[in-house]
Amino acid sequence: MFGKLTLDALPLHVPIVMGTLAVVAIIGLALVIAITKYKKWGYLWREWITSVDHKRLGIMYIILAQVMMLRGFADAIMMRTQLAVATNGAEGYLPPEHYDQIFTAHGVIMIIFMAMPFMIGLMNIVLPLQIGARDVAFPFLNNLSFWLAVAGALLVNISLAVGEFAKTGWIAYPPLSGINHSPGSGVDYYIWALQISGIGTTLTGVNFIATVLKMRAPGMKLMQMPIFTWACTWANILIVASFPILTGALAMLTLDRYLDFHFFTNDLGGNAMMYINLFWAWGHPEVYILVLPAFGIFSEVISTFSGKRLFGYTSMVVASGVISILGFIVWLHHFFTMGSSADVNAFFGVTTMIIAVPTGVKLFNWLFTMYKGRVQFRPPVLWTLGFMVTFTIGGMTGVLLSVPGADYVLHNSLFLIAHFHNTIIGGAVFGYMAGFAYWFPKAMGYKLDEKWGKRAFWFWQVGFYVAFMPLYVLGFLGMTRRMNHTDNPDWNMWLYIACAGAFIIGLGVVSQLIQLYVSYRDREKNRDVTGDPWNGHTLEWSTMSPPQFYNFAKDPVVSDIDAFTDMKEKGTAYQRPEKYKPIHMPRNTGAGFIMGMLLTACGFGLVWHIWWLVIVTFAATIVTYIKRCYDKDVDYYVQPDEIEKIEGEHLAAVETTLKA
Amino acid sequence: MSTSVLNNEAHSHEHHDSGSTTLFGFWLYLMTDCVLFASVFATYAVLFMNTAGGPSGHDIFELDYVLVETFALLFSSITYGFAMIGAQRGNKQVTLLWLAVTFILGAVFIGMEVNEFSHLIHEGFGPQRSAFLTAFFSLVGMHGLHVTAGLIWMAVLMLEVMNNGLQPRTVTRVGCLSLFWHFLDVVWICVFTVVYLMGAVS
Amino acid sequence: MSQHDQSHQDHGVKPYVIGFVLAVILTVIPFWLVMQGTLDKAVTLWTIVIFAIVQIAVHLKYFLHLSLTTDDGRLNTFTFLFSALIIVLVVGLSVWIIYASNAMMMG
Repeated sequence: MFGKLTLDALPLHVPIVMGTLAVVAIIGLALVIAITKYKKWGYLWREWITSVDHKRLGIMYIILAQVMMLRGFADAIMMRTQLAVATNGAEGYLPPEHYDQIFTAHGVIMIIFMAMPFMIGLMNIVLPLQIGARDVAFPFLNNLSFWLAVAGALLVNISLAVGEFAKTGWIAYPPLSGINHSPGSGVDYYIWALQISGIGTTLTGVNFIATVLKMRAPGMKLMQMPIFTWACTWANILIVASFPILTGALAMLTLDRYLDFHFFTNDLGGNAMMYINLFWAWGHPEVYILVLPAFGIFSEVISTFSGKRLFGYTSMVVASGVISILGFIVWLHHFFTMGSSADVNAFFGVTTMIIAVPTGVKLFNWLFTMYKGRVQFRPPVLWTLGFMVTFTIGGMTGVLLSVPGADYVLHNSLFLIAHFHNTIIGGAVFGYMAGFAYWFPKAMGYKLDEKWGKRAFWFWQVGFYVAFMPLYVLGFLGMTRRMNHTDNPDWNMWLYIACAGAFIIGLGVVSQLIQLYVSYRDREKNRDVTGDPWNGHTLEWSTMSPPQFYNFAKDPVVSDIDAFTDMKEKGTAYQRPEKYKPIHMPRNTGAGFIMGMLLTACGFGLVWHIWWLVIVTFAATIVTYIKRCYDKDVDYYVQPDEIEKIEGEHLAAVETTLKA
Repeated sequence: MSTSVLNNEAHSHEHHDSGSTTLFGFWLYLMTDCVLFASVFATYAVLFMNTAGGPSGHDIFELDYVLVETFALLFSSITYGFAMIGAQRGNKQVTLLWLAVTFILGAVFIGMEVNEFSHLIHEGFGPQRSAFLTAFFSLVGMHGLHVTAGLIWMAVLMLEVMNNGLQPRTVTRVGCLSLFWHFLDVVWICVFTVVYLMGAVS
Repeated sequence: MSQHDQSHQDHGVKPYVIGFVLAVILTVIPFWLVMQGTLDKAVTLWTIVIFAIVQIAVHLKYFLHLSLTTDDGRLNTFTFLFSALIIVLVVGLSVWIIYASNAMMMG
């Protein structure tokens, strides 16, 4: 009846986990009570859960990302404190089997369930607005993608309460992740969480490429798309080209584990190296999927707050394209030490070094954009400047690691850990923070508090260096990654410093939570009335904040890269058309949510071999989808008088503000 | 990608899920499927000689059988083409007739594949026997699963055509399945060349 | 719906018939070659690979209607060519990597 699932799977005897679960349960219960008390269930269902509006989905993605960031950050704090305590041969407070789950969960959560939803969330909110579209190409699919991401995140978190998570590291290399060495439920949770959310991500990639190629505003040529849209487009192309490889690799690992196949086993001719190879053929493009949109955000921020047009737009687009293509011929640098031939290592070493060139082009473009501009040092700009310094260091240590000889010395050492945090935090995360502060007023209708924003930035920035620079040193001193405890007096000082750094970053995270509270409290004072708080360049700033649900009352006609600046200069911004036409809109649907929840249950059944649950939920998913396909009531028209009312109020508010 | 090619079409389309956008989106999905197949092909290519003392392709492949399978699929391609033409011309009966013929040919292909697989497993050459057989069953089986999914889709679509007639939305769906079906035939070319023919040669 | 719309673009019976005839020829010859087994192994291998590539092109043109003359056709064609590039890179480099490492382990 319950497959492999027994009461032993519950962590009743582990105080840390039970404590965490109690806290989660209390918060969850409080939320349920609050929603019930204020009678918000109907509102939540109608306006959010079933929403196909890209802006709402974007906000939900970012909420998911931030919740998961708290979880992943808690894991990080636990690891750093464990390592600071467990020196000189002491055991610390986390036994190895827990510690292993924590570093695996930290990696999986931060990449798949924090960075990806954050990036996709920002893209959802901004990209359709930037190209003057009413929505994405396939709004229902967009909703489905989101709920598939949630399904994956749910599975990872369920593993905390029922069973265990993988102890293999976030890459889950076989044969360690094979059934002989990892017989528990951990790797299965890992597989199904990644598989379900990965399919959602692939669909997002398809959706946004179709959006960009088919739904642009009249007159907008490809080489007039805003730079963030271009950066996201390259990221989506990478998603579409690389995520299926992950799907394939995980499916093969699944067959090995569930049906005794021999893709990656040690016996009967399997080759574990092929998993590593396929994993990184996805994994390397994946880091560019994370960082390219961040580059786009920096470009938008730096040109807006320098009051200048972006320097070198074309070279920016081309550089992103070159990075994307090169991203597919460098993946072996993640496993130089597997011992392929010298030719292979040399080829991948050289291609890796070449990537520094287009990245350098971008950096100079940002510098030249600032040159002779009036740079306003607001939080988004601080994140951008912090990025430029931090990412450059990370990039240079990356070039160092791309030398196969050096990599043989530093592979799997903390030097590597320092390097990739240097690029992913300093590149992607700082970018999302900048984008969050930059587009927050657009999404929510009021600006974020700047004082707490600056505090958050400085805590993050200083904390980052204190936490990760010691890891470079530790790497050189020979400390490898994934150690549970240490016994080398030379390392102690650096481990203590790194731990202190993690807590400084923690202060940054707390500052951000306070910032959200303070900004919400003072929302009337910080309200963005015109929809254009920063004197923006691109079309998203021509809408209300938050934007009308139909985005644009009338299709904007575009003739410049900085379309909105162009309109403001020509005096065509904020014009009242003589007459509004009805707008065709998609209807909300619960199908995406239902499918997401069914697949969560299906994944759970697969983890525990509860086959009836798998069959029932999978069949129900297909039926839900087919039913949705037969549904004829999928759209409606917004009538001109309603549009006129909304637009009239907005334009009146804009006129009052502009006169004042 | 050239800008001049693409920039004109943004205007010419109604800003909604029109047939053209759907077909393009579906084409993009097929490209992701292509990459998925490619990763399994790559795996087959590195594992096919790892027979671990079991049979090699040379020992177990029967080319005349595969040729018949291939022709079932090839005929189903042209019959689907006729169904597509029927749908474009709004002829419900013709569309249904050719969809039914295509369905039967697809079912013949799947039947033959299942028969081949069960024979192999019966002889003790199942996917658990060696890395070569693992890769063989997975690659060919993945194509078979796709064809099966296509058959289920075809059945649902025939019901839709029967009940609702050839609405624009339904014709677009016939078009999407057409892409899917012909795409699977392209994948099969790679399968019979790389797996069966090359396996029989070496 | 615009006139470029693929779903309503009637290609007629002709391309399907041409494609089918070509596909039959391009299938039968490589099967026949391998079943006969008269040719040298390397020659046979190269021949069947070339026949497969040509047949894929035939299917793409006559069944999947890829073309360079309509906007939608061009878009689909470029998308396909890009995917083909990625596939060649991923499959080719993967095979190179694993074969090279196998060779290292033999030695």
